[in-house]
Amino acid sequence: MIPLLSFIIFLPLAGVLLILITPSHLPKCIRYTATLVTGIVFLLSIYLLINFDTGQSAMQFVEHKPWLVGWNIWYFLGVDGLSLALIFLTSLLGFLACLASWKIEERVKEYFIFYLLLMTGMLGTFLALDLVLFYIFWEVVLIPMYFLIGIWGGPRREYAAVKFFLYTLAGSVLMLIGILSLYFLSQPHTFNILELISRGVDPRWQMILFFAFFVAFAVKVPAFPFHTWLPDAHVEAPTPVSVLLAGVLLKMGGYGIFRICLPMFKIAAVNLAPALAVLAVVNIVYGACVAMAQTDFKKMVAYSSVSHMGFVLLGAAALNATGFNGAILEMFNHGIITGGLFLLVGVVYDRAHTREFSQFGGLSKPMPFYAFCLTFLSLASLGLPGLSGFVGEFMSLAGAFSFYPGLVALSAVGLIVTVGYFLLMIQRVLLGTVNPNCSNLPDMNPLELITIVPLILITLAAGFYPQAVLHYQQTAVEGMVRLFCGGIS
Amino acid sequence: MHIAHFIPLFPFLAFVIDILIGRRLKIASAYIATGACVLSFIFSLKVYQDFSCGAGSYDLGTWLVIAGKPLNFGIIIDPLSIMMLLIVSFIGTFILIYSIGYMHDDPRFSRYFAYISLFMSSMLGLVLADNFILLLIFWEGVGLCSYLLIAFWHERPAAAAAGLKAFVTTRIGDTGFLIGILLLFFTCGTFHFTDLKSVTGPEPLLTIAAILIFMGAMGKSAQFPLHVWLPDAMEGPTAVSALIHAATMVAAGVYLVARCFPLFVAHPIALQTVAVIGGISALMAASMATVNNDIKRVLAYSTISQLGLMMLGLGLGSVSAGTFHLMTHAFFKALLFLCAGSVIHSVGIQDIQKMGGLFSKMKITGTTFCIGTLALAGVPPFAGFWSKDEILLTAWQNHHPVFLILALLTSLLTAFYMARLIFLVLFGTARSQMHPHESPMSMTIPLMVLSIFAFGAGFWGAPIKEGFIEGESHGAGMIMTISTLVSLTGLLTAYLIYVRRITLLPLSVLNSLQGLKTLLINKYYIDEIYDRVLIQPCLRLCRASFDFDSNIVDGLVNAMAFVTQYCSGVIRRSQTGLIQNYLLIQVFGVVLLLIWLLKL
Repeated sequence: MIPLLSFIIFLPLAGVLLILITPSHLPKCIRYTATLVTGIVFLLSIYLLINFDTGQSAMQFVEHKPWLVGWNIWYFLGVDGLSLALIFLTSLLGFLACLASWKIEERVKEYFIFYLLLMTGMLGTFLALDLVLFYIFWEVVLIPMYFLIGIWGGPRREYAAVKFFLYTLAGSVLMLIGILSLYFLSQPHTFNILELISRGVDPRWQMILFFAFFVAFAVKVPAFPFHTWLPDAHVEAPTPVSVLLAGVLLKMGGYGIFRICLPMFKIAAVNLAPALAVLAVVNIVYGACVAMAQTDFKKMVAYSSVSHMGFVLLGAAALNATGFNGAILEMFNHGIITGGLFLLVGVVYDRAHTREFSQFGGLSKPMPFYAFCLTFLSLASLGLPGLSGFVGEFMSLAGAFSFYPGLVALSAVGLIVTVGYFLLMIQRVLLGTVNPNCSNLPDMNPLELITIVPLILITLAAGFYPQAVLHYQQTAVEGMVRLFCGGIS
Repeated sequence: MHIAHFIPLFPFLAFVIDILIGRRLKIASAYIATGACVLSFIFSLKVYQDFSCGAGSYDLGTWLVIAGKPLNFGIIIDPLSIMMLLIVSFIGTFILIYSIGYMHDDPRFSRYFAYISLFMSSMLGLVLADNFILLLIFWEGVGLCSYLLIAFWHERPAAAAAGLKAFVTTRIGDTGFLIGILLLFFTCGTFHFTDLKSVTGPEPLLTIAAILIFMGAMGKSAQFPLHVWLPDAMEGPTAVSALIHAATMVAAGVYLVARCFPLFVAHPIALQTVAVIGGISALMAASMATVNNDIKRVLAYSTISQLGLMMLGLGLGSVSAGTFHLMTHAFFKALLFLCAGSVIHSVGIQDIQKMGGLFSKMKITGTTFCIGTLALAGVPPFAGFWSKDEILLTAWQNHHPVFLILALLTSLLTAFYMARLIFLVLFGTARSQMHPHESPMSMTIPLMVLSIFAFGAGFWGAPIKEGFIEGESHGAGMIMTISTLVSLTGLLTAYLIYVRRITLLPLSVLNSLQGLKTLLINKYYIDEIYDRVLIQPCLRLCRASFDFDSNIVDGLVNAMAFVTQYCSGVIRRSQTGLIQNYLLIQVFGVVLLLIWLLKL
């Protein structure tokens, strides 16, 4: 059988080699190569989607080969309902952000090398089922991201890049200790995630190991109070990198919680679920409040991510099928919607070279298409029923409601603030009298439309018929719920 | 598929066409929207004809699985939904025709018809939805269209701000609504309206659920204390005000309460809440309408007040009274707004103090305006009289003297402010330079058609007979007489004050009323109170959170980095690079080691 998953992961790496031998004075050639590679990855992920058996709960497309035999480390890849949506999301955003990267003019060769390296890391993280392999991919993501922010970023790029790197690294060091502990606690020693789950972890160790992993994931999610790297990284990162940062990197944290924290440390998870729910609501409400206070367009979207990822935590804390479904769906939807919003921030930044709300106004007159796209995605993000954002949030809330009705009510109130800051943003940027600074900004060009329209269509489709996304993750969620015997109570 | 499934689809298709290629279609975009609406009306009539087979719910399939229970989407066909279908599609059709004339030289002509089509589609879907979630989707859909259409002329900052206010205010109600739906679901396991008749659950959870659901209705129907958005919503085009903010969308709250009526009836506290909120809104909004000088805002306050009366009718336990008034109100209030639109279209101002004497220049608009006024004022035999009478009679028969007096006071004020409005606008002499002319046929024909219904819709009787009180029952004649007298008193007072210019009260009393007038003109200072008590503190909290975030949370992170750097800076000094220093430390170390080893 063709090792499809390996192809998906390492095709970008092959692209890196191709670009390495391309002379750097041919930027067009480099761009096309990178786009071609990410395009093929996207097509492969669609192939994966079509051939994925939704009725089967086991891992599919498994590749299981010995790697470092002495340490019982395996090259172990597989895809299930949990990772499938994220693989699709990564490859889609990877392709679209690659198109958006055509605007990068300086050091094109290095940029795309790092970009494709980043793709390999992200795809690998979602597909690895051996803890060592997982950890390697997890860390591989950091390095290209560090350079992408640090070289092609805004004025404070070095600060942001170092902060991002150190913060996530500090988190993942704890995870490394956790991985080693799991290895030595297991008999016989193994790094195999599935085996560790089915064997169960010694209850005495669960709490501390849960924390070790959770901190690493919480930094990525990002959960309060580990979130402050995010606005800096987002504001400084170039547009396509922001898209991947919000669309994919944050999901690595959520994915880790669902892949490792919850199933491996069930007892700790059940005990800590209320705390997790509180943390989730803090994320939702606090993130929304801080977003409301922003005057920088990009920072506002960044803080809205903090708020939205709270719904992922809330769904996880529900420990039932509805909550898990909601959380995973919310990860997917947030990737699509916020990825799109960052693209749109980039569109207007490229033209006006500012992101301050006070510098905009009345943009819907010179840029009607832009106004449509921004309004649409904002409405999706603020959870308008009928668009995809609502479904994930609603399911997270519904899942958590029977255990934490008060917290759910509080997060629903947080949603009012969300409506407030998005509509205020629309009012400041798109409506009102046209600001003389932007009276003759050109509307979105075809390339920009190509990057944004698929996201809008998916938002519409997933909101209209959420089962289309949900039925892929069904068996994975059922499997996880079976571990918890149907909830906390 | 049931034939009713197609009803919301026609306007939706019109929306898709108009939003994509409307700009190229020009005037044809309006014909498409209108045609779709007509088709919806025809299909609604067909559904009405076929209805003899009885009420029913028609499933479309599973949308989501919540807590192990499949959530099926479907439509509900019963007298209530059919009544709403007919009202919405019929009035919608005429308002669309009217809009062709009203919006004819607007640069975003096709965009307007696209939004209206989307609204029609959502509104028709809303009344067909057979469960709370589907209803919520359309509920927010109509809210979105309302937002887009209020802010339609978004170059005007006031319009943009009004749109935002409407969306956020209704969203506050909707948050309660959403929590109420979830509470209901987790207490009795259903999202479906048809199951509401048999729900049981622990008290007071269901009462709370019912009140939370009513919060959604309060937001949408602009009931006190969430009424503040509706007067500002008058920034939108007048045809929009007629369709969305008078006849259909704002009535969705009333529809929601009627739809969940079994839930309210089973929980008297919730039902009383409906009656109290409705009563307060009715009187309060009517009092504000008496002093306002903006032709559209007077009608907006009147809408709040009339919706309050409908809520009152429902809250007193009669679906029949509430929905009957919903129906007649839809006709005459749509008519009144369209008349106002015709006047504004003609003279270009909205301040009624500057108008006057328009009747002679605008015969059709003037006549229909008067018919609408008489219907709203509740003068027999116009439509409003019959439905309002039903509400009064319910209050009387259920022994609620307070609510009866409240309703009578409201109708006194209603007759007064409406008479004031037409006397100032249509009669007397012009008080500013105007060049009035009658509006085009596309605008006057809808006025004439609607005025027929504003006159005659009451003769059909209540469309829903649930809790309907027959005319010859005890006290009916007396209530009718009182209500007629009250209306006539209102009309007469306004005539004496605004036409004959007679001072009815001694000057000393008038002066003492000045304080009340200031209070009314300032809308009871509710906007100011909200700003002080809610909005500003909320914004301050948001700014404080941001300060906390950047100084404390992020400050700690940076402090950690700083401490690390500082410590390493200190330790770095030990690395002097001088061999002598290293040797000295080595010697020290060896000496210490020796001391330790030899246990000296």
